Amino acid sequence: MAANKEFEPVLVGFFCNWCTSTAADLAGTTRLQYPPNIRPIRTMCSGSVDPVYVLRALLSGADGVVVGGCPPGDCHYVSGNYKARRRMAILKTILSTLGLEDRLWVRWISAAEGPKFARTMSEITEEAKKLGPNPMKSDWSL
Amino acid sequence: MAKNATLPVGESGILKAIRDFLTGLLQKGLVDALLVPLELPGGGNVVPTMVSDAGKLGAANPLAPVMPVNSARLVSDITILSQSPKRLGVVLRPCELRALVELVKLKQANLDNLLLIGVDCPGTYSIDDYGRLARENKSLTTDFLSRFGKGEEDPLLRKACQVCDYPVPMNADLTLGLVGVDLDKEVLVQSHTEQGDRVISELELETGKDAGREAAINKLLSRRAEKRQQLIQHFQEEVKGLENLMATLASCINCHNCKTACPVCYCKECFFDSSVFEFEAEKYLAWAERRGAIRMPTDTLLFHLTRLNHMVISCVGCGMCSEACPNDVPVFEIFRLVAEKVQKMFDYVPGRSPDEELPLTAFREAELTDLGM
Repeated sequence: MAANKEFEPVLVGFFCNWCTSTAADLAGTTRLQYPPNIRPIRTMCSGSVDPVYVLRALLSGADGVVVGGCPPGDCHYVSGNYKARRRMAILKTILSTLGLEDRLWVRWISAAEGPKFARTMSEITEEAKKLGPNPMKSDWSL
Repeated sequence: MAKNATLPVGESGILKAIRDFLTGLLQKGLVDALLVPLELPGGGNVVPTMVSDAGKLGAANPLAPVMPVNSARLVSDITILSQSPKRLGVVLRPCELRALVELVKLKQANLDNLLLIGVDCPGTYSIDDYGRLARENKSLTTDFLSRFGKGEEDPLLRKACQVCDYPVPMNADLTLGLVGVDLDKEVLVQSHTEQGDRVISELELETGKDAGREAAINKLLSRRAEKRQQLIQHFQEEVKGLENLMATLASCINCHNCKTACPVCYCKECFFDSSVFEFEAEKYLAWAERRGAIRMPTDTLLFHLTRLNHMVISCVGCGMCSEACPNDVPVFEIFRLVAEKVQKMFDYVPGRSPDEELPLTAFREAELTDLGM
């Protein structure tokens, strides 16, 4: 039985307090359905997400990481999301240069976008299913 | 406009000319002290030394092909707490100057009251190789320079030096020029600032020309660019993919020496040395249970990937990381490979100018729009 079960990816989300986390709340209070694969962690700002958080999640075997912040120009702290964008771009470049799988999604979802939040989580879950399990999950030698 | 002067090299050799120049700086009161490499009395190494007595400069040798530490770190140590009213001259290699500029941007060093003297760098040996060669050959430095003058590349040079893209100093007040100069006759002294001009006039140095220097620099740069491409291409194939990367890091024992030796890894307490990485027994056991086993010490890959994320944008390619590694992990190659890509994203050259912003502290509204939706 277990072998036939569809692969359910584990996704870790770092969502900013002011936009994406609030959008998640809105999706919930408006009773929108989205896959339960995402494990949201609220951060004060996408700019406070150190790349080491993302790496820790991926190296510990998360099948994907989603960083969610306010849309560009709308950061509660003026420019945190712009800085997050540079950091995540650098992280992606490092991963691709070393030939490691890129399982990082960056999304800007405002506090008013409950439906977008639900839709985005569905899309990412589907993409993560296609990628299959993170090979780092079973590697003891990292 | 750069002003050019020369130090005549007589019978007594190039090192004497350099030592006389440094002595002049102290004796004329242009600086109160110098940070400059001195040959150790017992031989075997040349170490950065703070000199206030000109009498000690008989052992000064900023041209010796060895760099035991990146002295940018030392200038940071000296200037970070407070400024001295005394004037300090620091004699640095190009990669040390570039690292120093990065540290200034990171608010870890201060250039006030410093006279920055840069030296053209033909490259350096590892400390071991230098010690051995210096014991065999008493005139190692001059022989090395004369081979360099003939355009020979020494295959024993550290890898970082063989592929170095900045053998000529940036942001110095004064450059002691070796490239494209007939070192049997003279050393070029090039001034780039008013402070530098003042040294040339106070020391009454002969004005000179830098004829042929630019062509010689370009020739050296293209030779090294070719080598760099070879190294990066070859290494890229070797390291790519999780399995290959872990094989490359196989001999890493998580000692963090690379971090300690890195001139731009500036945090006073590294995240990886903090209590965040002290775990309860249950945690280790849980990790082991989940995967069946867990490598100890833990977090080898996480350490290197995080250091790349934090520091690669400022990596000057001095290669001190690889020198510090007890087990020959190619840390320099990993950083060089990744730096090439990441620094290009922001058209950033670490150490190019103290007025440039650090890419990680800045942003442009219209950039990277393909990231995030």
